[in-house]
Amino acid sequence: MTYFPEEVVEHIFGFLSSHRDRNVVSTVCKAWYRVERLSRRSVFVGNCYAVRPGRVMARFPGMKCLSVKGKPHFADFNLVPHDWGGFALPWIEVAARGCPGLEELRLKRMVVSDESLELLARSFPNLKALVLVSCEGFSTDGLAAIATHCRGLRELDLQENEVEDHGRQWLSCFPDSCTSLESLNFACLKGEVNACALERLVARCVNLRSLKLNRAISVESLARILARTPHLVELGTGSFTVEHRAEAYQRLIHAFRKCKSLKSLSGFWDIAPRCLQAIYSICPNLIVLNLSYAPAIQGADLVKLIRHCFKLQKLWVLDCIGDKGLAVVASSCKELLELRVFPSDIYGTGTAAVTEEGLVAISSGCSKLNSLLYFCHQMTNAALITVAKNCTHFTRFRLCILDPGKPDPDTNQPLDEGFGAIVRSCKDLRRLSLSGLLTDKVFLYIGEYAAHLEMLSIAFAGDSDKGMVYVLNGCKNLRKLEIRDSPFGDAALLENVGKYETMRSLWMSSCDVTLGGCKALAAKMPRLNVEVINDRDDSDEMEENPSDMHKVEKMYVYRTLAGARNDAPEFVEIL
Amino acid sequence: MEDVKGSDGLGDTELRLGLPGTSTATRSAKRALPEGDEESHDELRRTSAAKAQVVGWPPIRSYRKNSFPGRKVEAEAAAGLYVKVSMDGAPYLRKIDLGVYKGYKELREGLDNMFKCFSLAELSRREGGSGSEYAITYEDKDGDLMLVGDVPWEMFISSCKRLRIMKGSEARGLNSRH
Repeated sequence: MTYFPEEVVEHIFGFLSSHRDRNVVSTVCKAWYRVERLSRRSVFVGNCYAVRPGRVMARFPGMKCLSVKGKPHFADFNLVPHDWGGFALPWIEVAARGCPGLEELRLKRMVVSDESLELLARSFPNLKALVLVSCEGFSTDGLAAIATHCRGLRELDLQENEVEDHGRQWLSCFPDSCTSLESLNFACLKGEVNACALERLVARCVNLRSLKLNRAISVESLARILARTPHLVELGTGSFTVEHRAEAYQRLIHAFRKCKSLKSLSGFWDIAPRCLQAIYSICPNLIVLNLSYAPAIQGADLVKLIRHCFKLQKLWVLDCIGDKGLAVVASSCKELLELRVFPSDIYGTGTAAVTEEGLVAISSGCSKLNSLLYFCHQMTNAALITVAKNCTHFTRFRLCILDPGKPDPDTNQPLDEGFGAIVRSCKDLRRLSLSGLLTDKVFLYIGEYAAHLEMLSIAFAGDSDKGMVYVLNGCKNLRKLEIRDSPFGDAALLENVGKYETMRSLWMSSCDVTLGGCKALAAKMPRLNVEVINDRDDSDEMEENPSDMHKVEKMYVYRTLAGARNDAPEFVEIL
Repeated sequence: MEDVKGSDGLGDTELRLGLPGTSTATRSAKRALPEGDEESHDELRRTSAAKAQVVGWPPIRSYRKNSFPGRKVEAEAAAGLYVKVSMDGAPYLRKIDLGVYKGYKELREGLDNMFKCFSLAELSRREGGSGSEYAITYEDKDGDLMLVGDVPWEMFISSCKRLRIMKGSEARGLNSRH
């Protein structure tokens, strides 16, 4: 194939959709490397500290879409101190200089300042898409800058960010000439927006297909908006507090009936059970339903709704649906691919809302299920074994038993066999999160059977170093390993140091790893950054020179071409 | 349901870290425990104990946690009454939010739960005790080490700076604030 002219090779590469495939072909030979890098349009950087922004821009001058991820996953659960890092500004600055054709920017778990957003807006007036997921550090002022300057913006998608509210005027900054929006999601904003400006905006953006409102938008406003956007495919409602006899509610029902294309629904904050009626007309077409912010909806109310959702593929609910509700889902939603059941009562008045029974019911009805996130109060090996038999297509399996280290309540045994059955049966499993009482045995199973596992999350599990070693030696495709509160120490950490260069990152917190162990790892592997993250208020206890025997509270290890980062805060030591 | 009828004070706060299931007088045995199964847990005790507030557990994004107003919101930054808990012999500290507990009994249950996860019953056995008893102590605003349980709960949570679980023998010499 090296005898083909470059244009042909480039054309062939155009059929490769995954960045991983493109990464692989670029390593075949110098010619292919060159063709590939000049024709790459979409670049994904899984760890912002693995490579310097300048190097990315230099290698891919034709880049149009850039995705960058910052903080490690456990930052979602407050395990990473607030100012650890993950700043977007350097990426935007370098892109502004070296990559003028940038059209799409996606950032996840990064710190994005208003300054960065302003720079982005001014440097890329032709920006088409901005997607920020789980980011923080900016306010509505930054959004105003984007709205003002990015004339042809098609997509503004803000998912679960911490955004400071500096007023409602940002939305009015979209000029009257802006008609290009296809997707607008500001559900995570806490403050009010100018409802009139919003209604005018959605009316003139005739290609708008996805709209996710925030809680501040009233039902009245929603009714008016829907009347103007009958072609919407995805809708996130605002607050749903309304008296079901009110005129606004009637208008809303009417508007929903006109939306023949709606396939995805979310939002529903504070919705009262009676008001669910409004969406009955949409249910038969619904593919995605997110009711996980509606704690007032109990099992029985939900059940009436779900019975009509026979095309549903993705369902996010709270555990108030109960085991019985899940049984109804199982009998109604035969096309279900993804299920997430979130806890409604974290701080335990102890009402067990869903148990292993609900999961077993789902597995018997929804054999196509490939993605699960399930919070429950208990799980049994028998249930997991049944689930594994019924659903062999899991690619993502995350089980969270709320009580750490809880055994099978029927047998008082650890859940090793149950999870073992899952990894044996689900040959395409890529992501797994464990919980409950677990010994080293479960890791033996994982190492042996989970051949395609890429991401593993471990908490309060295992007995000894052997557990971690089974995983490191066994899982050939492992990319991310995150461990907390498990008895793995230096011996496990240092057993297979070469492994870490084949992975994106390793996180260990509240384990038995010592400072000496971390230093040894850093010394052996110069192309890894070994970060020791200290608790900020440990300063009263921290000795000037902590001994090597000192256990490390948090450690984050990642491969990198960029060397030690220069933006680390005081409490992070890079060995 | 756990039913330790101690008087106010030490009885309520005594952490028993002996073999699970052996320390309480009344325990309705709904399930027959497998013979010789030393890992068996008292399930009822677990479900009724206040869940220990381990940072970052359960793994739910703050965004989601903060979305439920009117429920006990865990803003894990500053709002809680977070104190460190160390246990003699345990390799690392935990942090808990005192504000979550309603009283000494729940605190004791929560701590019991928390440290049991780390097989410390095993540790105490190895060190020559057979579930030797532990005492919960705390460091107050003045830096003094006090036994937990002497002062009214409200006073305790406002003056407690950190907790330390130590062997009963070491705690005997401590002052009680009376």
